[in-house]
This record gives sequence, structure tokens and C-alpha cells, in this order.
Amino acid sequence: MKIASRFLTRPDAAAVHVTLDGVRIAAQPGDTVAAAMLAHSGDPARHSATGAARTAFCMMGVCFDCLVEVDGRPNVQGCMIAVREGMVLRRQRGLRPLIGGGHDA
Amino acid sequence: MMHDADVIIVGAGPAGMAAAATAARAGAQVLLLDEQPRAGGQIFRNVGVNGDARTYLGKDYVAGKPLVDALDHPNITAEYGATVWRIEAGPRVIWSREGESRMSCAPHILLAGGAQERPVPFPGWTLPGVMPAGATQILMKTAGLLPRDAVLAGSGPLLYLIAAQMIDAGAPPRALVETQTIASMLRAAPQLPRALLAARMLIKGLGFIRKIRAAGVARYTGASGFRAAMTEDGGIAFSFLAKGKAHQLNTPILLTHQGVVPATHMSRAAGIVHSWTDVQRAFQPAVDTWGRTDVPGIHVAGDGAGIGGAEAAQAAGRLAALDILHLQGLLSEDARNQKSAPDRAMLRRALAIRPFLDTAYAPLAEFLSPPDAAIACRCEEVTAGDIRQSIQEGANGLRQVKTATRAGMGPCQGRMCDLTVRGILSSCGAKPATPRARSPIKPIRLGELAALATQQETSA
Repeated sequence: MKIASRFLTRPDAAAVHVTLDGVRIAAQPGDTVAAAMLAHSGDPARHSATGAARTAFCMMGVCFDCLVEVDGRPNVQGCMIAVREGMVLRRQRGLRPLIGGGHDA
Repeated sequence: MMHDADVIIVGAGPAGMAAAATAARAGAQVLLLDEQPRAGGQIFRNVGVNGDARTYLGKDYVAGKPLVDALDHPNITAEYGATVWRIEAGPRVIWSREGESRMSCAPHILLAGGAQERPVPFPGWTLPGVMPAGATQILMKTAGLLPRDAVLAGSGPLLYLIAAQMIDAGAPPRALVETQTIASMLRAAPQLPRALLAARMLIKGLGFIRKIRAAGVARYTGASGFRAAMTEDGGIAFSFLAKGKAHQLNTPILLTHQGVVPATHMSRAAGIVHSWTDVQRAFQPAVDTWGRTDVPGIHVAGDGAGIGGAEAAQAAGRLAALDILHLQGLLSEDARNQKSAPDRAMLRRALAIRPFLDTAYAPLAEFLSPPDAAIACRCEEVTAGDIRQSIQEGANGLRQVKTATRAGMGPCQGRMCDLTVRGILSSCGAKPATPRARSPIKPIRLGELAALATQQETSA
């Protein structure tokens, strides 16, 4: 399912491009990875050990629901890291992995 | 032991920033650590860079700018993106940045870690599209992201503020679902005369409510029985009862709020004595009027020592700084006491409204001890029902529930479920002790730990 962002489209600004599961998406400078993902779509950002859909939640580093693989490193708190041009993001599925990669849908 | 500063302040929110400026101006060397990329805390998040943009955030938000500016002082070294994961006697702080840990020592540590939103567990609260209202406010402040056709649900002053900010930003919520009841307002009424000391805040709150009315936002009061399900298009079907009637609202994003609670992982892991407060329904560290704790060398100030809001936090931060200056020999006892007068008055004024707010907007029992189907521990996906079953099977405290169910064993280390597990235990007649917190209080990689050990050996 493709779900539209749950947030209003922002006025255009300079863009930073990252890839999310191989798809190029635009973010704005200063966005955290979690914010960029929420702005991009309302889709799940992660699936838990039981397969439940989750997205970033507290946005302040408390809840760890925004865990995401960043440039091959798993379990990064998406709300605590800023986007950088060319960043490679992958959504995590299942139990939190010890090593990155191999989690493509 | 080599000292890196006279005082290490953990947290660059209102309390930490105010304390840093006070200490630095009096000649103390300050090391200020914050996990976020810049100063401000959650309330003044990004205030230093937003400038004239995002005016919908309001005057009280911009008021945080001077606090950030005051950090530009030669005696202050500020480190951002710095995650503290251990505080130890000495005192010593171990913190991590970009995968590397370091140790900093000082004769004094001031913990100013602030608050977190109280978890609001109900069936469906883990679904994409359900978020804490404060989290959306962070998105407004840091990314200019405005929720689309949101439903705000819960209670408390922050909920009204966020609704007003959304209206001013041109993204009004489609409905405001309030959990406070006429009974809770009546219970709070005797506190109103005292709250008049904080008349400015009361007037501000009434202004928000007027704005929400004028914008024609649908309002439901006395709401309970929260439940969220996913609709076919990925939205949220939010159902609840209001005044005995069942309602359902469909929205892309449901924003909940039941107030904030002290973030105590750091202070608990530091070994400071904590207790439960019935008024604020939270754990808080025991501190004296200067923020001193029972652990020598460690003070706590601001919302992390008990919820009082940004103004109270600034005053408390300065009071702690004055006490630390006194303990460092930079200020006599008389000078400390004299200089503290304006902040004592500010603190008294700011705290005057709390008993009213804490009573009128108390969290609903259904969020303190949620129904069986609600997930309590988001990390390990443990439901309230699982926890009740473990209690029936003999678990009689937080540690036994943890062992039986894994609640609290995920990466958030209980930050999202400690209060819920406690609430369920106490509704089952138990008297749970303060939960333990242990270092590392934020997950770090083993390699980082090993590198730190090597560094320690070489320097020893």
C-alpha cells in the first residue's frame, strides 16, 4: 500500500536526496531521517518482530520506534540523525538485526 | 583527577541553558552536553535557527532565543549530538558521539534532562498515524511539517498550545477530543486562587481556547474509551466515548497527549533516590531547594526533577548554578542566598499554577492501567493483558514483571512502559518500587565500549 504523507506538502526548498529501499526521495536540509520519511509518505517505516507496522513516534530519541538502517548500519534512531545527500536508507523488518543489509522487501 | 570543567551540565533546555550562563558569568568553566544537534531543549527546539520563520510557533517560543544566545560565552564549551550513557561517582560523565565514547570529569554535575511525554497506551496506539502531540510539535519546529486534518486527543495545556499553533499555521485540527471531565475541573477549582499568581499563564491558556473556538474546531469533552484501527486507505479510525455516546473520527493522523513526566533514566542510573508523586503521577528524584541530591556532586534541575514548565526550569537551573558556585568557593553562602531571591520568586510564581493543572488535566485511569488489548511495552510488544497475567502468576513488582514478560527489555529500556507497568501493578494492589535504570542508559555498540576501555588503560 502507498499511503500519502500524513503531513501537508511543504513549500519548495533546496532539496537533499536520499534513497529509501532503493527509491530516490527528496528531503529538506535540516530534516532528520525520521522527518524526511514522514514527509515522504504515510507508509510504515519499520515492521516489528511480529510483523506489526510502525512509524517514528516520539521524535526526541526516547522511544526507538524510528529505528532504520542508515548507510548499512542497522538500528539507527532516525529521529536523531540529519539527512545527508546520498544517504542510503533501508526499512527494517522483523527483530532488530545485529548487522545491516539484506533486509530489502 | 584531571577535571575537564568546574561543572558538567547535561541537557541544554531551559534549565541547563540558564544554569550554564549563570555559572559561566561567575567565572566557572562549563561543559554543556546535549543529545540534540543544537541548544534549546524540546520547548525551544531549533529556536536559534528558526529566526523569523515559523512565526506560528508564537511569542513564548521566540522568548527562548536569548537563552540560546547567552551560551556564546568563553567559559562555556557546548557539545551537541552528545548522548550521555553513564554518570558515576567522582563525578564522571561518559558520553557518546558518532560512535565514539569519551569521559569527562568535573567536581559538579547538573542533570537537566527535562521531560518526556507521558505514554498514552490504548488499543491501536502503535499504528502508523498515531503520534504524541508533542512529537508533531517537534516536527513543526525542526522540519516545518504540519499534520494534515489531524485529530488532537487527550488533555493538558500543551494540547491547547499545539492546537493554537496549528490554527495559526493554517493547518487547523479537524477535532479536539478532550479527556478532562467536569468532575476533574471541579476537583481542581479550589486550586484556582493560588493559580492566579500565574495569571499570565491562565490568560494565555484561555486565549488558546478562544482561538480554538473561533476556528470552529469540533470539540468533544469528557472523552474516554480510546481505540484506534487502520482504515483501508491507511488512515486512522479513532473511536471513543464522549458523555456516554460512541463516536468515530477518521483522520490521517491522531495526536494524543496526557501531559509530560520527568525523564529520570539518567538520575536513576546515577543512583539518586527517587520517589513516586501521586499529584503528578510520576517518579521524580529527591532534591532540596537548590537541586542538590543525595549523591555528592550531583544536582538535578528543571522538569527532570518534577514538572514545572519552562519558566520554573530556568529559575531552578539558575538556583542550582548558584549553589554549585557556592560549593566551588566562587560565591559565599550569603551572596548565593541574596542572588537567589529573584529566581525564588519566579519559581514560586511559575509553580503556583501546577496544582490546578495537575488536578484538572490528570491522566485518565485507562491510560495509567490500560485495557488488556493495549500494548504496554512498544519495543517488546507486550500487552497490558500479558502483564496482568504475569501478576496473576505471582509477579509482584517491576523486576518480576520484566523477567516474566520482557516488558522494559527493549532498546528504549522502559522509557515507554515503566509508568504503564507501574500503573497496572498498582491497580492490582501492589506497591511497586522505583524501577531501576542501569548504564548504559542508551544503547551503544560493544566496539565503542571496548575502544573506551583501551583508551582508559592507555591514559591510566
